[in-house]
Amino acid sequence: MDRRTFLNAVVVSGAAGLLDVRGGAAAEDDTIVIAIGDTINSLDIQRSGSNRPAYQVAINAYDRLLAQGTVDDIYGTHSDYAKLRGELAESWDVAPDGLSVVFKLKPDAVFTDGTPVTADDVKWSFDRAVSIGGFPTQQFGIGKMTKPEQFSVIDPHTIKVTFPVGSKLSLPDFAVPLAIIYNSKVVKAHVTAADPWGAEYTHRNTAGSGAFHVERWDPGQQLVYIRNDHWKGGSVPAIRRAIIREIPSKSTRRALVERGDIHIDFDIGGKDAQELKASPKLKVASWPIVNVENVISLNVTFPPFQDRKVRQAVAWAVPYQQIFEQAAFGQGKAMFGAPGVPDSAVWPAAFPYKTDLDKAKALLAETAYKDGFTVPISIDLSTAEWSEPSALLVQESLGKIGITCTIDRIPGANWRTLALVQKKFPMIIDGFGGWLDTPDYYFFYTYTKGTLFNPAQYDNPEMAALVAKTMPMALNDPAYAPAVKRMIAIAIEDVPRIPLWQPALSSAMAKKVSGYESWFHRGVDARTLKLT
Amino acid sequence: MSGPRSKLLLVGQRILHAVPALVGIVIITFLLTRALPGDPAAYFAGPTADAESIAQIRHNLGLDRSLPVQFVVYVRDLLHGDLGQSISTGQSVGHELMARLPASLELTLVALIVAIAIAVPLGILAATRPDSWVDHLCRFVVTLGVSLPTFFTGLALVYIFYYQLGWSPAPMGRLDILYASPAAITGFFTIDALLAGDFEIFKASVAQLVLPAVTLALFTLAPIARMTRASMLQVLASDFIRTARAAGLSRRKVLFTYAFGNAVLPVITTLGMVFSFVLGANVLVEKVFSWPGIGSFAVDALVSSDYAAVQGFVLTMAILFVALNLLVDVIYTLVDPRLSVPA
Repeated sequence: MDRRTFLNAVVVSGAAGLLDVRGGAAAEDDTIVIAIGDTINSLDIQRSGSNRPAYQVAINAYDRLLAQGTVDDIYGTHSDYAKLRGELAESWDVAPDGLSVVFKLKPDAVFTDGTPVTADDVKWSFDRAVSIGGFPTQQFGIGKMTKPEQFSVIDPHTIKVTFPVGSKLSLPDFAVPLAIIYNSKVVKAHVTAADPWGAEYTHRNTAGSGAFHVERWDPGQQLVYIRNDHWKGGSVPAIRRAIIREIPSKSTRRALVERGDIHIDFDIGGKDAQELKASPKLKVASWPIVNVENVISLNVTFPPFQDRKVRQAVAWAVPYQQIFEQAAFGQGKAMFGAPGVPDSAVWPAAFPYKTDLDKAKALLAETAYKDGFTVPISIDLSTAEWSEPSALLVQESLGKIGITCTIDRIPGANWRTLALVQKKFPMIIDGFGGWLDTPDYYFFYTYTKGTLFNPAQYDNPEMAALVAKTMPMALNDPAYAPAVKRMIAIAIEDVPRIPLWQPALSSAMAKKVSGYESWFHRGVDARTLKLT
Repeated sequence: MSGPRSKLLLVGQRILHAVPALVGIVIITFLLTRALPGDPAAYFAGPTADAESIAQIRHNLGLDRSLPVQFVVYVRDLLHGDLGQSISTGQSVGHELMARLPASLELTLVALIVAIAIAVPLGILAATRPDSWVDHLCRFVVTLGVSLPTFFTGLALVYIFYYQLGWSPAPMGRLDILYASPAAITGFFTIDALLAGDFEIFKASVAQLVLPAVTLALFTLAPIARMTRASMLQVLASDFIRTARAAGLSRRKVLFTYAFGNAVLPVITTLGMVFSFVLGANVLVEKVFSWPGIGSFAVDALVSSDYAAVQGFVLTMAILFVALNLLVDVIYTLVDPRLSVPA
């Protein structure tokens, strides 16, 4: 019996639940099967070395104090940065001066082992995040949380967090995937001198209060979640079990979802999204991810690109529409061809550049490089699906204005080192996205000197001053929007980064799947999924 | 010299010869992985890493120590049987290899058996009837096998037998979601299922094996068929075959006892090479069929500069290679008519 007949038999006979054969991951009516292309390498998002696909465990098996809300629009249901709701917190009060916040925990919240979630667990978890080093410590630092003294237990269900300075990024930081609350009693029992935060234990086991707990993890193959019937972070999931199966080949994943052997093919490429939207058997959710752009980055230390006019010439010579159609397959949002410098503080913003080779040639003729020059375009092999066609199109178009390009394909680990850490490449095609969705946060990471995601090595005193000014500002500060507009205007004028498009997170799923939500963290959220 | 004793001596010598090779491999893989331009600390520091968090990761991974110190630590761990921790998969390298090697071995062995079953008769027939339709068929199959990239063959088979016809189970790895893997004894799902007496799982795991094994077999049968044909042609043209024929021995006797017995030696050598090559090189087949094998593990490790995993993989393959060559040599002495015919 294959799974289709099996599933049908289960539905018809209504015998779901009885067929939990062999203690394995038997497919049932309330079991959903989701395929992902990458491998989950840890169950603990805070452990150093945990990869992006592993973040979903923090979403599905743990709770945070807060969570972002969701909104419905033409892109389906997706996370909404403007909304915060309590996940483990029942309520929260920010002091009028913004220098502290008091969280009240949901009194009936329990961990999956049945013990109550207390303020001590919250304190221990936050102490861990600011002390364990690496990504969590860095992310908490953005929310102005760096020391354990900032977290104090008021009573078993109340915890206070103080901040040295107020920041609009502090509260949203409690809703990022890694601000999770651990069952401190359980983890503490596995602490060693060499591993004071029990990361070896949480690497292989979950100790949270989330909507699911991990029933089975076969590294490199699959992860199986089973529902926590006592979840208090939201409404208890409709599905009982979620199987996350790792299928590296995109073509295989597509065949599986088209044949109905999996329910969701998560994070498909632009081409599959475009084609499967026409399929009568499937539906596709495609959402432009907040605060993410794919860009061409021009290194301002590379002699030709030191001249702003050369950068502008390149920006006028990029074949935007072709790239959007042939590399992005029309998925996401175009970030070019705006009628002028935008008069709003919304980011990502479309730039006014479009393909105009005459303008590009004229600009180049005004520079010392009127006879052209040679530049390598470097791309990350792991993003080759979209960066390679983009690079080829750019190469062809720049050739028409006398700029000769070669294309270098760089493998993953080398990419991070050479492109982002050492910032060696004159011209790269890359993307960057921020979890916290404010323009100043994006500008801080990509347009100020010394940050990892400024491979252009761009450094402009006015931009730096504006970033420094806007970072601590509240979003409703009257000076905020004008400052952001000015930053956008500088970014357009100086153009060290040429935006191409805002990429989409797309997934294909069977018609009977409902409740799918797209999230800013780009991970699977199985909690709201239903099979109807 | 008495037979068994000389063979034991040979085996002992071979093992001794392998020791310096292995020591060299340990040193070279260590240096080569360090010479990779990638920085694992930067890779694993997370999406918003800064210089400080990268330095912290580097310290956690022990990569801030000097190369000689790192090497001493590596060798000391190795002597304790600890291959280190793979950072890209989050598991210990030893555990990963133990889990993945049987998957690759099972697939490769089945593929080789299929390949031998097709290639050897094809090669013999082609050699006995040069330029006949069998010879052309042999040439056609061989050309097809080497010229079609394995991922293409794999995807084409998936498209036809799974997507269009629905005969094959979903290409989702070694077992369908419906089943739990059998208790690990050998790590070969087919054998473990039989040992557990569970024929349903046996059938399911065989079903999962068919397409990837055929894909690999198509790729591997080319060198085997070519080698069989070439060496049969050579042997058939030699003097002792002519003598045997002249002595009036039956065609069957000439062909199988005398000709094939001699022609099989280079085929065995080829088999050993093909086996060890395919074991580590069937990455694309593993990817297409979601096979949790050793090849895709190694490539992923290489891409993410996962030092311990790359070192562990190379070392394992080196040991396997040495063991396999040894095995080939031993088989050689057993089947070589010049050695086995009692004086």
